[in-house]
Amino acid sequence: MSFFEVVRFALRGLSANKLRSALTMLGILIGVAAVILLVAVGNGSAKAISDRIEALGTNTITVMSSGGGGGGSSTAKLTPEIADALIDPTLAPDVASVSPVVSSSATLTYEGTDHDVTSFVGTTAGWFTASNTPVGTGAGFTADDEAQARRVVVIGQTVAEELFPGVDPIDKQVTVSGALFTVVGVLKEKSSTGFQDSNDTAVAPLSAVREVLTGYGSINSILVEATDPGKVDAVQSEVTTILNQQLKVDATSGSTSTPYRIQNASQLLETQTETADTFTTLLGAVAAISLLVGGIGITNIMLVTVTERTREIGIRKALGAPRRVILTQFLIEATLLSVLGGALGVAAALIGSSFTIVGVKPVIVPSSVGLALGVSIAIGLFFGGLPASRAARLRPIDALRYE
Amino acid sequence: MSKPVLDVRELRKIYGTGEATVHALRGVSLTVERGDYVAIMGSSGSGKSTLMNILGALDVPTSGQYLLDGVDVSRLADRQLALARNRLIGFIFQAFNLIPRTSAVANVELPLAYAGVKPKERRRRAMAALDVVGLADRAKHEPNQLSGGQQQRVAVARALVTEPALLLADEPTGNLDSRSTDDVLEVFDQLSLAGRTIVIITHETEVGDRAKRLIRLVDGSIVLDRRQAPVLSAAGRHSL
Repeated sequence: MSFFEVVRFALRGLSANKLRSALTMLGILIGVAAVILLVAVGNGSAKAISDRIEALGTNTITVMSSGGGGGGSSTAKLTPEIADALIDPTLAPDVASVSPVVSSSATLTYEGTDHDVTSFVGTTAGWFTASNTPVGTGAGFTADDEAQARRVVVIGQTVAEELFPGVDPIDKQVTVSGALFTVVGVLKEKSSTGFQDSNDTAVAPLSAVREVLTGYGSINSILVEATDPGKVDAVQSEVTTILNQQLKVDATSGSTSTPYRIQNASQLLETQTETADTFTTLLGAVAAISLLVGGIGITNIMLVTVTERTREIGIRKALGAPRRVILTQFLIEATLLSVLGGALGVAAALIGSSFTIVGVKPVIVPSSVGLALGVSIAIGLFFGGLPASRAARLRPIDALRYE
Repeated sequence: MSKPVLDVRELRKIYGTGEATVHALRGVSLTVERGDYVAIMGSSGSGKSTLMNILGALDVPTSGQYLLDGVDVSRLADRQLALARNRLIGFIFQAFNLIPRTSAVANVELPLAYAGVKPKERRRRAMAALDVVGLADRAKHEPNQLSGGQQQRVAVARALVTEPALLLADEPTGNLDSRSTDDVLEVFDQLSLAGRTIVIITHETEVGDRAKRLIRLVDGSIVLDRRQAPVLSAAGRHSL
């Protein structure tokens, strides 16, 4: 009996029990699709977090004054002078640029339209590249603008849409706290995944902002850019040395109570990566469990299907079917069911992953597709083949009597 | 004289061990010549079903020799055994045992498929066999669309489609009403007239009376073996 004939037998066997075949495939489909989607959602959320952190720039550190409430330690006042001191080719050779930053909320007005900006940033020209915030249209302000305290502003996408719907905002004048600022550029749209809209911002020269908005007190932070992402740690220690000098901190008295804080983006990224790894492991465990449950479902259905057909196997043996032919037929049936069910499951997962699930855009992990498909096919074959081979080995009379 | 189709010597079958031992067959010897029509009768528990299963190569005896068409069946490996069941024996069950949700003609084709007959030839021979049992017009029906008698006649067609040396029927009318029983027995009569070798197991005297030879089994031993003139049914009462 040719292999082709056995395949036809298997197809006839499947089509003779359409409902059961469909339900078996549905079970496998759900098992495979659930595993793939679950891993994809986990992967997607991990990716979203790391994108958000990478957007901050990985070759910078941020110096901030440590907020009050530290056990009696004094809070340092960061000033532009301290920022200037950080530009020191001998003490800090790896520093590429230093941008002092002040920020406050402000209301922008244009032709009677008000818009509240959550962060109105005053800084120097170098900030745009250092903070990974490129200008989309128009231009950023220059070092000269900063030196002359010219009232120019670069606005974010959200601000541009709110104040200038359908109008080119370049060279328009907006009022900020009674002072007129000329819009010179619009920032390129940034991906905004947090609660805060990172496009709802405006950037102006430090000198102008201090003059108009914040006054000449301390500044909020200093953004220090390293010459190379690999030198961020070196920059951090150089900056620490200078700051300790400037703020007269005794470095030996213990570093836990310094009056300033340094935030290192690459450290943040590292921490995040570790977190994401833990997250992935957790999801892997959940996926493994769902794979196990799916596998048990497949096992169950296969066992029931073949056991139910033990009598049929007995009839076929009594009619002179060799064991090999019966085994091949049932193996092909099991293969078709698991492969078709698995493929449909992958298709369902691919379709499902194009939708946003609980606020996360799933990102398919190719290995999870292979794993889910492989495991369910292996289980289907094993638990379809094992009882079939047991039944095929029975004496026909025992298989016929089987109830 | 040609060799007998069936040659059984000192067949024993023992189930269980120790105190639960049951001697289903206690040394049965039997020969059946070509063209014979034998009815084996006995009450339930007489070992007739065990004998039938061994004759059909569905079960193996505990001891004894079984020559089927000159081949020692008790010494065959699984592969040859499958071949023997396919080529030498046509088995008819009490419970019909058609493959469910599969058309009558596909059921009849099944043994031919396992014998490696080409599909076209298979279909032709299956239809011819269905014609013999008078069900050519029901070829496309599935078992659950056929009456019990029709199902059993499909099973008879399936048993004879490979032209086996021996037709074995295990209580073929046990699940049928008297009218269907007549239909099926009519088929057996015709097959016997056509020269087929038939061994039939039954506990109904009506069935036993039709055979040329009657064997009575009690407690695993043959107590009666006699030739008789078969009672033929009134010809033409049921057309085939």
